[in-house]
Amino acid sequence: MNIYIQGTGCVSPQATATEGPFPAAVIPWQGARLKNWDPDYKQWIDVKLIRRMGRVIKMGVASAKLSLQEAGIEKPEAIITGTAYGCLDDTGVFLTKMINQQEELLTPTAFIQSTHNTVAGQIALMLGCHGYNNTFVHKGFSFENALLDSIMILREGRTGSILAGAMDELTDHSFKILSRFDLYKKEPVTQDSLLRSNTHGTVAGEGAASFVLGTEKGAHTKAKLSGLTTLYRPAGKAEIMADIEAFLAAHSCNREEISLIITGRNGDVAGDEWYEHVENNLLPEIPVACFKHLCGEYPTASAFAMWMACRILAEQAVPASAMFKGNVKGKQQKILIYNHHKQTHHSLILLSAC
Amino acid sequence: MENLMAALKAQIVEQLNLQEVKPEDIGDDQPLFKDGLGLDSIDALEIIVLLQQHYGIRIANPEQGPEIFYSVRTIAEFITAHQNKQ
Amino acid sequence: MGSGAWIAGGGVICGIGNNVAECLEAFRRMESGMAQMQHLRSVHRSTFPVAEVKADNKTLAAMAGMPEYISRTALLSRIAAQEAWNSTGLGDISQYRVGFVSANTVGGMDKTEDFFADYLENESNGHLRQVVHHECGAVTELVADAMGIRHHISTISTACSSAANALMYGSRLINNNMVDVVIAGGTDALTRFTLNGFNTLMILDQAACRPFDDTRTGLNLGEGAGYVVLISEALAAELPATHPAWCRLSGYANANDAYHQTASSPDGIGNFLAMQGALEMSGLTPADIDYINLHGTGTQNNDIAEGTAIARLFAPAFPPLSSTKSFTGHTLGASGGIEAVFSAMAVKEGIIYPNANFSKQIKELPFSPVVKFSTGNQLQHVMSNSFGFGGNCSSLVFSKI
Repeated sequence: MNIYIQGTGCVSPQATATEGPFPAAVIPWQGARLKNWDPDYKQWIDVKLIRRMGRVIKMGVASAKLSLQEAGIEKPEAIITGTAYGCLDDTGVFLTKMINQQEELLTPTAFIQSTHNTVAGQIALMLGCHGYNNTFVHKGFSFENALLDSIMILREGRTGSILAGAMDELTDHSFKILSRFDLYKKEPVTQDSLLRSNTHGTVAGEGAASFVLGTEKGAHTKAKLSGLTTLYRPAGKAEIMADIEAFLAAHSCNREEISLIITGRNGDVAGDEWYEHVENNLLPEIPVACFKHLCGEYPTASAFAMWMACRILAEQAVPASAMFKGNVKGKQQKILIYNHHKQTHHSLILLSAC
Repeated sequence: MENLMAALKAQIVEQLNLQEVKPEDIGDDQPLFKDGLGLDSIDALEIIVLLQQHYGIRIANPEQGPEIFYSVRTIAEFITAHQNKQ
Repeated sequence: MGSGAWIAGGGVICGIGNNVAECLEAFRRMESGMAQMQHLRSVHRSTFPVAEVKADNKTLAAMAGMPEYISRTALLSRIAAQEAWNSTGLGDISQYRVGFVSANTVGGMDKTEDFFADYLENESNGHLRQVVHHECGAVTELVADAMGIRHHISTISTACSSAANALMYGSRLINNNMVDVVIAGGTDALTRFTLNGFNTLMILDQAACRPFDDTRTGLNLGEGAGYVVLISEALAAELPATHPAWCRLSGYANANDAYHQTASSPDGIGNFLAMQGALEMSGLTPADIDYINLHGTGTQNNDIAEGTAIARLFAPAFPPLSSTKSFTGHTLGASGGIEAVFSAMAVKEGIIYPNANFSKQIKELPFSPVVKFSTGNQLQHVMSNSFGFGGNCSSLVFSKI
């Protein structure tokens, strides 16, 4: 059974929150933090609901609505989301008040909205969708787990369409606390210098991307989701190489068939070695595109990569701003996404043109 | 009573983050819940805290909410009655 | 028909016992776990009773074989997951492709809330090791790493239905031949964050909770962890004769109420769809169910919604039913896992659990819960319900082999 991507939606630090082609111009940034480019959320969300929503909820709902619009459907049969951090803003609000007010005179809204399943629940509520509803919260695998659950359910043959998405927000608190773990660049970087900075650390990002998945190819179909796998704590580069080879073999994909690799380079010299190794030793000659100079690093950033890959396959055009190495030529047939989060959570996603 | 109702409207708009509603848009007798202003059970809990915070009134049973919080006037009357008792 | 997954064992730690045997003994003696909090530090200490695990972090760390400074949620998780694994007789875990699918609702929040108090005073204050395991997934990985599980790890968070969804996902992993074994369930320690959160909703009872009682006024929070070991039918055939499989996971379904962010719909449509879907998958009719482990939190809203949905689906004959939350308190992300173990054990041993503190039938409902513990009943099929915020509703059905 084939799994197809029927519609996509993305809210990110780039101007992606619209239907249509990949944005031609990169929204510039500097420093170690990329902030979301917020569209007017009222175009998708009722003003009575929006008043309670934190940013990640708005981002998630907007990406979901965009993907449904693109797929030309109003209501999916199931909703599955992934988020590593959940609703951090509301969590921070409730924690701060709880501490400052010594557990007295607290109000419910921030607590209610802080639960990790708020986005999936709000989408179900807005759409009146009574179907399967699940939320995965496993760090750098949150999106991949949501996709895997979707694939397994679609293969059972009783569900026609699934909305699968991932979202994570960066708040002032989370950025300050994550910075104390020495994750981010100390020296100034920009979208142009990040990927070749060759120093320690990366830049923080955020975003939401959603996909409508189904088993029937139709007029709206953007791409085929050919394969997905995750690898937790590989012992070393040899293991990831063997895993990629096994993954490609399992999906009957010859290396020459891959038109483009999208890797999760984020400018961190240690983390980027994994990509460098795979690009040079396993898939030489194949052009490489990157995405974290556009959206920043966050645990569900692979969803942004999958959104970008869908755009490339649907439009048969690779945005110049994403190219890192080599030159693309001919038809974009198959795109391999290789991403890892903090070197511990590695994932592979294979997409094919339709 | 008029001053109290005006103050309440401003506090409700702020506490419930009612974007696009101005305090003066809320009628004294307009139903706050459902078809009126469209508030729900979470808002009722927010208003319970608001009354405690600003007026020192504790409502222990949320079941009382719908009756007391019917409109800005009923809330104001409840506050006045409660404050007179003290 | 069925999920294809078998239950090879289970483990529980909660307010009424540190393992399954202790929990069963507490049910037999009608001893519920609610008391004044001893380990959680909160200004509400003498206001709200809770069902704490009766051990401090030092004791739990020794039981878990993990450092004392990590989240209590991870300590509880390891203890129950290890008991679950040991109960299967499958031996060395490294010889199988193993998955760990663990649910929780607030990750390492018990440590984060301590960190945050220092951090709010000054942004460079607070020990980073208290916040490094804040993410839900970090708690799961602490335990997976300690147990040597690598093939598939995942964390699910759908509020109070979280762990039931972990069993569904785990069952699918087995059906898709991605792993041979999945340890599936959930864990949650008590935190000030959740206690205060539920307090803002005004649904915490200041006395012992009374699920499915007409006089109910709210829930008591609890803490703990519960896991079952799911295995394929093929592996079930290889179990040692001394450790036969407990039962099958014959059906499951997940539906959304799509009514309100926190409240259940008056007719419990999500609950109804979840129970109906689970029955359909297991190829059963309502009359086949011999016992229902209710979600039964003790709030006005949950119990009437769940009860109304049961009345609609099961009328005119109702199986014995009860809420074990009247003993364990509501353990949130762990509850679906703890109750899955109780339900699987119910099938295995013919146990019907009592509902504590019951005195008066809910006037809108045509049934009342069982109040006495009994064992040796002939139970072919047992249903377990887990419903939560965000409209998330899940039902599981366990069946005799």
